[in-house]
Amino acid sequence: MMVKIASERRIDNKEMRDAYIEKLIELAKKDERIVVLDADLMHSNNTYKFKEIFPDRGINVGVQEANMIGLAGGLSATGKIPFAHTFTCFAARRDLDQVYISAAYAKLNVKIVATDPGIAATYNGGTHMSFGDMGIMREIPTMTIVEPTDSVMMEALVEQIAYTYGPFYVRVFRKKPIRIYEEGSIFKIGKGIILKNGKDVTVIATGIMVSEALEAAEILENIGISTRIVNIFTLKPIDKEIIVKCAKETGAIVTAENHNFINGLGSAVAEVVVENAPVPMERVGVQDQFGEVGDIEYLKKKFHLTAEDIVESVKRVLKRK
Amino acid sequence: MLTDVEVTELERFANQIRIETLKELGHLGFGHIGGAMSIIELLAVLYGKVMRVDPKNPKWKDRDWLVISKGHSGPSLYATLALKGFFPKDWLYTLNRGGTNLPSHCDRNLTPGVDMSTGALGQGISTGMGIAMGLKMDKKKNYVYIIIGDGESQEGQVWEAALFGGNANLDNLIVFVDYNRQQLDGYVDNINSLGDLSKKWEEFGWHTQEVDGHNVNDIYTAIQMAKQVKNRSHVIILHTIKGKGCNFAEGVELNHHMHFTEEQVANAIKELEKKFPEKAGDPA
Repeated sequence: MMVKIASERRIDNKEMRDAYIEKLIELAKKDERIVVLDADLMHSNNTYKFKEIFPDRGINVGVQEANMIGLAGGLSATGKIPFAHTFTCFAARRDLDQVYISAAYAKLNVKIVATDPGIAATYNGGTHMSFGDMGIMREIPTMTIVEPTDSVMMEALVEQIAYTYGPFYVRVFRKKPIRIYEEGSIFKIGKGIILKNGKDVTVIATGIMVSEALEAAEILENIGISTRIVNIFTLKPIDKEIIVKCAKETGAIVTAENHNFINGLGSAVAEVVVENAPVPMERVGVQDQFGEVGDIEYLKKKFHLTAEDIVESVKRVLKRK
Repeated sequence: MLTDVEVTELERFANQIRIETLKELGHLGFGHIGGAMSIIELLAVLYGKVMRVDPKNPKWKDRDWLVISKGHSGPSLYATLALKGFFPKDWLYTLNRGGTNLPSHCDRNLTPGVDMSTGALGQGISTGMGIAMGLKMDKKKNYVYIIIGDGESQEGQVWEAALFGGNANLDNLIVFVDYNRQQLDGYVDNINSLGDLSKKWEEFGWHTQEVDGHNVNDIYTAIQMAKQVKNRSHVIILHTIKGKGCNFAEGVELNHHMHFTEEQVANAIKELEKKFPEKAGDPA
């Protein structure tokens, strides 16, 4: 894996949804098997761009997420590679049984691309805020779960997602996140990335929490705490090797995720740590709460998803080291 | 229209499927007997006369597909597939035993000739429709047949699929509703009635027919009629009797899943065998 890390953190120059759909369109021009389904969110997910080019392979099923997943399963049975789109809340909470049976249990090649994870649902509020989606998907055998970090990673992963057989849950912040990687970076599903070295503690982050973790590392360096930052973007199968290595080398771990601290990244990392290299851990994430409306800065503070929250967790974990 | 000889052949085939299904379930001593029995004339018509399948090549690209959305009716499909030679008949005695290829609910990854994994009610109609769409995209001529239950029709997903299918005009698709008017807890009309089912499907935009689901000629004719109507999705509502032809299940209110003795099964089989006596059975 060859990644180049952006020298300064700034807003991405491309929306993740565009990085995604443009790459998928590029693949679909060469591969007729690629089909897009959306449940009346084509103008939220920008999948309408696919439908404009491939009207017969871009299907808006209307507001019926359960039927959409079933259709995707059937399409896969005939050899198609269906990508089904909706918000994370509906993909996980509403469609669990369809994803479980009609996609995963049936061993079909269904790709679920779910947008607006966690607090990214902002003004849609509590009904649309998915703090449990990774946990729900994590308990489905054979499911691969990826949460691309920025537009560079998003674009780079589309081809691997399309051509790795089996069900995928892709958790996408659809607008412009903080850009972490430079163009030309190469990523491998299932492999975490050390973004910054450090020896006192490791912060393992996913999604929008990666930039918060990098910011936290700067604050911590200023008070003499050497902090390693790791981006785990594949929640399942999780990169055990990098977790064990970091636990052994730094002796303490903090996880950070835009998700309930139950059943998400923190839990997945803890499972590996306790079985392989027990060290003190803290989990930064939503504290088992429902969502609410607000802008993203308000929500970050409300649900303790800021760089400062990571700093505090690091201080706490180091006291137990 | 079928000839009298063809009708007799299909009725005999249906009777054989019924006997094999009873042996299969009887060996275990319990199972989803009611809904297995009510779709047997349909299975006989599909596998005896209508569907293009190759038992030696179950994944044949030009085959017709069947999705039994009411996945608990697997046992009568397995009997049919065994009689057609998809797998040895003695597999039927492994039904639901640990490690079997024949689980109570249909599984596309275990049983040769089973096209979709079903059992969570409401889902097979969507997956079947996805198959029909995929075949259309490839401009293939294969047909897709889906069997749903009436109790299953209480699921919301069935009506999501019905709305979508009514607009998608999938003329390579025929959905059959096994309208036997009974579900696990009793009579559909007493629990959550489907009302005027035919009118509902018509309103959802489907080319809709209603026939006697135990009359092989009527079923066959309805399928042929459906195939004449282009650019519409098709549904055929089959008026059936839950437990049909099995003397200890037919007419019993709670016959969705039953326990039965060897004697009951032997007696039921004996009665069925009388309908088509071994040697005198061939029409002169």
